[in-house]
Amino acid sequence: MNPFLECLTALAPEIIVVSTALIVLLADLAMAGGKPVARRAGLAGAITCLGCALAMAWAGLMPCSAHVAMLAVSPVTQWLKLTLLLLTIFAAALSWGGRFTRHVGEYFALLLLAAAGLMLLVSSDNLLLIFVALELLSVSLYALAAFDKSSAASAEAALKYLLFGGMSAAFTLYGISLIYGITGDLQLGYIAARLRGQPAEPVFYAGLVMTLIGFAFKLAAAPFHLWAPDVYEGAPTPVASFIASGSKVASFFVLARILLTAFPAARGTAAASDYQAGWVPVLAALAAVSMVAGNVAAIVQSNVKRLLAYSAIAHAGYALLALVADARHTLAALLFYTITYAFTVLGAFAVVAVMEQSGRRGNLADFEGLGRRAPVLSFCMLVFMLSLAGIPPLAGFFGKFYLFVAAAAAAPPLSLLWLVVLAVAASAVSLYYYLQVLKQIYAVAPSPTAAWPRPALSAQAAIVLLAGIVIVLGCAPDLLLGKITDLLRSHPF
Amino acid sequence: MLAWTIYISFLGAAALMFLPGGNARLARIIALLAALGGLACAAAGVAQCARHAGPGALTDVVNWPWIAELGVRFHLAADGISLVLVLLTGIAAVAGVLFSWNVEERCREFFALYLALIGGVYGVFLSFDLFLLFVFYELAIIPKYFLIAIWGSTDREYGAMKLALYSFVGSAMVLVGLIAAYVVSGAKSFEWVDLARGPYPAAFQYWAFPVVFVGFAILAGLWPFHTWAPTGHVAAPTAASMLLAGVVMKLGAYGALRVAMTLFPIGLHAWQDTMAALAVVGIVYGALVALVQQDFKFVIGYSSVSHMGFVLLGLMTLTQIGFSGAVLQMFSHGIIAGLLFAVVGRMVYDRTHTRDLAQLQPMNLHQVLPFAATTFIIAGAASAGFPGFSGFVAELQVLVGAWKSFPWLAVLAAAGVLVGIAYTWRVLLKAFFAEGAVDRRDLPRLEPISAPERAGALLLLGTTVIIGLWPGLLLGLIAPALDSPLLQPLWKGGAR
Repeated sequence: MNPFLECLTALAPEIIVVSTALIVLLADLAMAGGKPVARRAGLAGAITCLGCALAMAWAGLMPCSAHVAMLAVSPVTQWLKLTLLLLTIFAAALSWGGRFTRHVGEYFALLLLAAAGLMLLVSSDNLLLIFVALELLSVSLYALAAFDKSSAASAEAALKYLLFGGMSAAFTLYGISLIYGITGDLQLGYIAARLRGQPAEPVFYAGLVMTLIGFAFKLAAAPFHLWAPDVYEGAPTPVASFIASGSKVASFFVLARILLTAFPAARGTAAASDYQAGWVPVLAALAAVSMVAGNVAAIVQSNVKRLLAYSAIAHAGYALLALVADARHTLAALLFYTITYAFTVLGAFAVVAVMEQSGRRGNLADFEGLGRRAPVLSFCMLVFMLSLAGIPPLAGFFGKFYLFVAAAAAAPPLSLLWLVVLAVAASAVSLYYYLQVLKQIYAVAPSPTAAWPRPALSAQAAIVLLAGIVIVLGCAPDLLLGKITDLLRSHPF
Repeated sequence: MLAWTIYISFLGAAALMFLPGGNARLARIIALLAALGGLACAAAGVAQCARHAGPGALTDVVNWPWIAELGVRFHLAADGISLVLVLLTGIAAVAGVLFSWNVEERCREFFALYLALIGGVYGVFLSFDLFLLFVFYELAIIPKYFLIAIWGSTDREYGAMKLALYSFVGSAMVLVGLIAAYVVSGAKSFEWVDLARGPYPAAFQYWAFPVVFVGFAILAGLWPFHTWAPTGHVAAPTAASMLLAGVVMKLGAYGALRVAMTLFPIGLHAWQDTMAALAVVGIVYGALVALVQQDFKFVIGYSSVSHMGFVLLGLMTLTQIGFSGAVLQMFSHGIIAGLLFAVVGRMVYDRTHTRDLAQLQPMNLHQVLPFAATTFIIAGAASAGFPGFSGFVAELQVLVGAWKSFPWLAVLAAAGVLVGIAYTWRVLLKAFFAEGAVDRRDLPRLEPISAPERAGALLLLGTTVIIGLWPGLLLGLIAPALDSPLLQPLWKGGAR
């Protein structure tokens, strides 16, 4: 086939999403004259969801396995795009009832562009294109974070996100340039071939570590997490939910892909008994620090969005365990974990978004007595919190369990037990702060004067659906895990 | 049949959740029906298994594949030990509902959480896939937390959080041990039978055993990790403290027995003396602290720590008679502690609104609440280990076993029994028989003991008397289970 045509078919889902973004802009422009914001938001949201669904249909129905130019599309990445698009649809459903902006067309268009960035990110195996995709995603998210113009916190969040994000992009780019200088290539497979059998140079390690630092910013792994709490708290809640979910899944996947494809020679080990330099010990340190710092800092938070931010830092630490372990075998655990985490955290943010639409903030005190006024919403929040804490039979429990088993089983067996013990201990601590939220909801009496949320139908449906997903995947993890392992077995990257 | 104990409980909980709010009566009836259904299934299942099972045999109930990737199966089965505990759970569940008949506040949610807890407990006792066991074990934490945090009394948020965190830390330790065992055994399966075969290197067992054992035993009130128990029991509403003492503490002991001891026999032999000493400290310490409490419920709370010490001591004797005594003691203490908490929490505290022994003294409760006083006399006698009640048979067996393994510790434990008589006597005198008020008109007017309370008390009293007079009923179930080939490594060198 013509290589251009092949590129176009491989990129069809991305093209659909970008076109949808343009259509949303045009449609909103056409309607802008005096129509109420709610109607415009309805239209833009509907087009967004429709476009995403169309892209999903294409990605799901048209089997595609192409390795052309800078693209590496396989059933695994197609399937991952499905998941990312689903997360985007959920984030769009939350934005529907949000009253934080009048510029709905631009908002949904940026959301779609961010989604396109995510999809491009997972379908490339070239460091340059990965960087471009990362920037497409990041720039869209900076703008989205600033979208609530009436709130100073939103502006602050966006500025912080931009400064930290820009810094991390600089690190990544510089790291990539060093790696390019050593190996003379940007294609992941070629880099691995160049590095094989060659004694590693210090400059190469500098480049590797800089790239890792860039990704650590993106993943909000401690000690590069400082932006996360402010951004999660200040950004409009649907945007924060998108940053916490979709962006996490894609970043972890691409990080795994880079490290496993390009740098298997520079692995090193983090085993307690025999230490070797490489990216594994770096990630092990990041994981350990993130788990401890995230969980400890979360204990004292009084705002649920900040609490979720610190919990996200801790969860990034757990997920890094999969990369520290023998990562080819633990990739399934990593994907299962990040995807179920994405659904859960999206649900938790959705509940906060609904609370905000009723004129409250996301403070812990605002949740007082929610259990009696909005039983369905509260039950869903219960599911999300307990899943994050890792209580069975919810998805978060099995995700963690499987991850820990994979980490403990990494060859030589039990060599990473210290990290597993740390992770288990950290997650025991985490129950405390998740229970604080639930205590407010169920055990504290509601104040009689407070306004109570009447969630929009779209948000309510999204929340219930997400809670359902979390429960079902917890009770029958094989539904998702079986799919992931099958895909990875037949198409390793 | 046995699997339905779990299903009925969770179905009952789900039904209550979808019930329209405000109809307390219907909620109670549904809860009672679910608890009775569970008990009926348990009894039927026990009868069925007892008829068919040979010595040491497991009776499979359900065995479905669940998570292929890890080799996890949904495997419910039963041996004699689990049968005894399932029966206990059934009886305690029914009694608990009867004693919470007066719960008015958010009744529907109360019973939904209550049944979810019961379902989890049944699940732990019947799971023979250790992943499944762990799932049910953790599942029970959250209902416990809410039952105390919402419906509790003194310091309820503190007590609830303490209990939840202790349980969760314990289960985190179990999780580490379980994952390590799975990896080291290379069995690609979480089946108890596969994991118990091992083999595990001795060096591994030396650390894995204490981690898993203590992880479970925290919930069984092992000294010095028992501190959640008194505060948790005191903060909990009556039905929850009945369940906490009655069955939840048994979860810990059962897990220690089923998982820690059978998986790591070499580690067990290495740590046997230490753990036995801790158990005896628990017996004596719990009893001595109970002796000086001013709060009626704290007395019972600490007595639970003391009595659970007998369970752990019995297990640590590593003799068949000590083991059988430990299992019987789990059953017996489950019944008696439930009864004691029912008297303290429901019959006395709900009416007098105080648990302070000094304030109870002038009330002459034996005149005002004769039924409560009578019940407490009998339950106290059973708790103190008088012959004719189930506690006597159990503690005697434990002491005989301990005498074979650790003569000195047996003497100390026997001293603990004596202290047990002392604190029971003291609290009986202070709470019920102190002639504080001279004039009859000064006595408080309290609502009479209701029919559900009487029914619950009779159920529990009847059980302890029947087992006391005819222990063979349960010992006949326990003895064959101890012949299981997987338990044989425990006995070797156990009796010294």
